[in-house]
This record gives sequence, C-alpha cells and structure tokens, in this order.
Amino acid sequence: MEIGLAHYLVVAACIFTIGIFGIFLNRKNVIIILMSVELMLLAVNINLVAFSSFLGDLVGQVFALFVLTVAAAEAAIGLAIVVVYFRNRGSIAVDDINMMKG
Amino acid sequence: MTDVLSYAALPEVILALGAMALLMQGAFQQDQEEAGPMAAWLAIGLLLVAGVAMLLNPHHAAGLFDDAFVIDRFTRFMKLLVLIGAAGALLLSFQSFGELRLMKFEYPVLVLLATVGMMMMISANDLIALYIGLELQSLALYVVAAFRRDAVRSSEAGLKYFVLGALSSGMLLYGASLIYGFAGSTSFPVIAGVVKEANIGVTVGLVFLMVGLAFKISAVPFHMWTPDVYEGAPTPVTALFAAAPKVAAMALMVRTLTVAFPGTAPAWQQIVVFISIASMLLGSFAAIGQSNFKRLMAYSSIGHVGFALVGLAANNSEGAQGVLIYMAIYLVMTLGTFACILAMRRSDGPVEDIEELSGLAENNLGMAFALGMLMFSMAGIPPLAGFWGKFYVIAAAVKANMFPLAVVAVLASVVSAFYYLRIVIIMFVREPKEKFRQIDGKVGTIMALATIFVLFFIVYPSPLVDAAAQAARSLRL
Repeated sequence: MEIGLAHYLVVAACIFTIGIFGIFLNRKNVIIILMSVELMLLAVNINLVAFSSFLGDLVGQVFALFVLTVAAAEAAIGLAIVVVYFRNRGSIAVDDINMMKG
Repeated sequence: MTDVLSYAALPEVILALGAMALLMQGAFQQDQEEAGPMAAWLAIGLLLVAGVAMLLNPHHAAGLFDDAFVIDRFTRFMKLLVLIGAAGALLLSFQSFGELRLMKFEYPVLVLLATVGMMMMISANDLIALYIGLELQSLALYVVAAFRRDAVRSSEAGLKYFVLGALSSGMLLYGASLIYGFAGSTSFPVIAGVVKEANIGVTVGLVFLMVGLAFKISAVPFHMWTPDVYEGAPTPVTALFAAAPKVAAMALMVRTLTVAFPGTAPAWQQIVVFISIASMLLGSFAAIGQSNFKRLMAYSSIGHVGFALVGLAANNSEGAQGVLIYMAIYLVMTLGTFACILAMRRSDGPVEDIEELSGLAENNLGMAFALGMLMFSMAGIPPLAGFWGKFYVIAAAVKANMFPLAVVAVLASVVSAFYYLRIVIIMFVREPKEKFRQIDGKVGTIMALATIFVLFFIVYPSPLVDAAAQAARSLRL
C-alpha cells in the first residue's frame, strides 16, 4: 500500500484531536496541558511538512521551523508562569485554579 | 534621510531595537528604584518616535519581504491606534504600579515588544507573518498578565490567559496549515487568486483560523478567558489588554478575511454574523449581574467587539470604515474608563466594586461627570462619540441588506444601556461614601482627554471619519 498525503493528514488530525482533548478532559495537572499544547503544535508541523513535500514547495518547511522556534519560547513562558502560580498557591492541580469564578 | 524614512518597517525596527536597548539600560542601572519609571518614560518616547516615523513615511503603500509585510493607509490608521493605546496604558501605570512597587523596567520593555507584535499583525500579508506577529504579541502579554507575581489572582490570570491563548494559537496554526496545503501558498494575494470559491479543505482551514482570531478579539463563543483575566491582572495591564491588542487583532481579522478570502465571502460572512450577534447579546446580558467594575468592562468589551464585527459582516467599504471608526472610539472610551477605575482608591488601597462609586457626584463632581459621559458614550447615547461608532457600523449593515443583524445590534445596544446607566445612577443618586484619594495627574489627564473626545467628537468628526474612509479604501473592497 502506498502511503500518500491523506495518511499523513489523518495522523496529524488524530494527534491534534488528542491534544485538544488533553486540554479539556484533564483535571489533574497543568503540566499535562503544556504537553497537550505541544502535541497540537507538532500535529501542525506534520501537516506542514507533508503538504510541503506533496506540493514541492519549501515554504511549508520554513513555516514548520518557525513553529518549532515559537513552540520552544511558548513552553518556556508557560513553565515560568506555572512556577509563579505554584509559589503562590502551592498546587498546580487544574481543579484548584478557581480563585475567580467563570 | 528620505531613504531611511521610506523604509516600510522603520517604526517596528525602532521599537524592537529600542526595547533591547532599554533592557540593557535597565539591567546595568545601579539604582533599581529609578530604573522602572525612567524606562517607562523612555518607552513612551520610543512609541512617540515610532509614530512620527510612520507618519513621515512618504510612501502610501509598500511591501517588504516578498510582500509578507505591507504598509498602506489601513495599516497606518490601525498602527496609530495601537501606539496610542500602548502609550496611554503605560501612562496609566505609573501611579498604580508605583504604589505596588511593581514599576520594574521589564514592564515597559514587554509592552514595547507586544506593540511590535501588534504592528506586525496589522501589517501581516502572509500566514507566516500573521503567526509570528500574533505570537510575539501574545508571549509578551502572557507575562504582563502575571506581572504581579506575588498575588494569586494575577498569576492565575496569567495561567488562564496562557493556556487558552496557547490553545487558540494551536487552532489558528492548524487552520493555517490546512489553508497552505489546499491553496498552495501562504501569501494572502496568492490565496485570494487560487480560492475563487469555497472548497472543503480551505473552508475547514478558514474556520480554524477564525476560531483562533475570535479568541484574540474575545468574541463569543471564545470569550470565556476575558472576565477572569481582566479581573485578575493588575488594572493598568487590564487597560492595555482592553485597548491595544483588541485593535490589532480586529485589524488582522479584517485584513485576512477581506484580502485573502474575498472568494469565500458568503461562507465567512455567516460565521461573522453569528459571532457578532452572540457577542453583542452576551456582552449586554451577562454584564447586568456584575459587581466588579473590571469584570463589567470585560463583558462590555465583548459587546463592543460584537458591534465592530457588524461592520466586518457587511463586507463593504462602508463596513470597513465603520470598523475603523468604531475601534478608534472604543480605544479612547476604554482608556478613559480605565483611568476612572484607577482613580478609585481609598487610603487602604484601590477598590474595584461598582458600589464604591456611590455618591461620587457629591465628593468629586469632575470625575463623576467624566465617568458619566464615558458611560453614556459606551451606551451609544447621541450625540456622544460612542453613538457615531454604532451608527456607522449599523448603517453599513443596512446598506448590505442585513436587516436582522442591524435590528439585533440596536436591541443589544438598548439592553447594554441598562448597566451603563446603573453606574451613572449609583454615582449621582446614592448616598456618598468615603472620598477617594487625590487623582494622579497623568491618570486625570487621560480621563479629561477621553471625556473631551467623546463630548466634542460631533463638533469636528471629519479628521477621523475621512482618515477611516481612506484607510478602508486601501483594502479595495
């Protein structure tokens, strides 16, 4: 069986969905949310590289490199905010993030 | 000299280099007490210089980096608003941050970097430029939301903003990847040339992209972060959130939809109509039960975004003009109202409850008058500025034959008048409470300027209206 563009897109869509569900269904730990965000961005990278190879156009791979860079910065800032929150609250359980209702 | 001035990205370069210079200056300064206020004044100066450099550019339209970054009259108008919003928010921060001992030099640097990101968003003409600008803005804003790092509320606001912001950028990016794949390019004009009619791949991508953008402008159903972040973040930071990023994200949404996807306009117009109606209704009804002024302003801003989207839904030149006028007036009203919120402080610290305003008219008639006028203007009562903002967007919707949308907009405006007027009644009818402390000069100045703007906009509206009309024309709708 030939592995074509559609296969890559389906894998990326599955990983992306797992990432979104990881954010909404997880009730335990903020770190899991950070991992889920990373999963979503990686799914996008699979999409971009697959499209780039299929279209024979380099822009997609350039885009993927930008996404990798920004994802690293985003993870750094996310962890910094989690550390600040932990110092104040002594917990990073998702259920405890409820000082303000809404 | 003219060569330098005609470089399209000169304002962004000035701000980016200036932010790095301020960072070095702050890090090496001996007296850390002085470093913060000095960096803030320098940052305001840089914003001013960037604005002047932008206005002196002799070219009215130009592109850089293979047209990924463009300037025209539309970007000039929106960037001016963003610069005013950022400078105003910095001016508002001196007194409040000074008391909390929060005026560190990192704050102005982060605001400058966020401003560079917003200006990049406004000029973005390519999916990569769009993403980089959006992230530059968001990453800096996540940090300033959690800037009061010893307070639980502030760090919780930062955490919530970060998680939902990261989720929305992920969605936006997934949409961008689908659009790239099915249109074969990331450049807006090329996408517009390829996508002549709706095809399933591009439509799904466009929906994801719009979800991401709706998060950034806090339109319903992606608004849930707004009240918590507005309430938790330090008040000057909330003023910044309510003013500048909304303008930039709205500019990005207008340009993306009208420049890159004119071929699928009927598809995205339906979505814009839906989120516009939902935002206007939620903004008016959910704000009624609020007691915290900052939380009320969050719902108010959701409602205002809904009104601005009415102009985008019309998808004609008048609509784009209406969005520009609306955002300009919204920016001024927001800065003025937050100046009033910052002036609400007693001897034991700042207060945020609406009830604390009771009887303000007897204690401080000037402030009560200013806040009253701003509230009337937000409610859209003629002849104040807010009425004309609503007038232009609703007129555009009527011209595009979207009568149901126009009717809902008028009804939502009537409902929202209830909670704005409630504040006025509390100020003028109730028994007075303990007096507020003396208003800081910078805060008072912004309050007075905003009040003068909303009062006298009707006397001389042509500069703003004409500039908005020219800016809207450069989108070639």
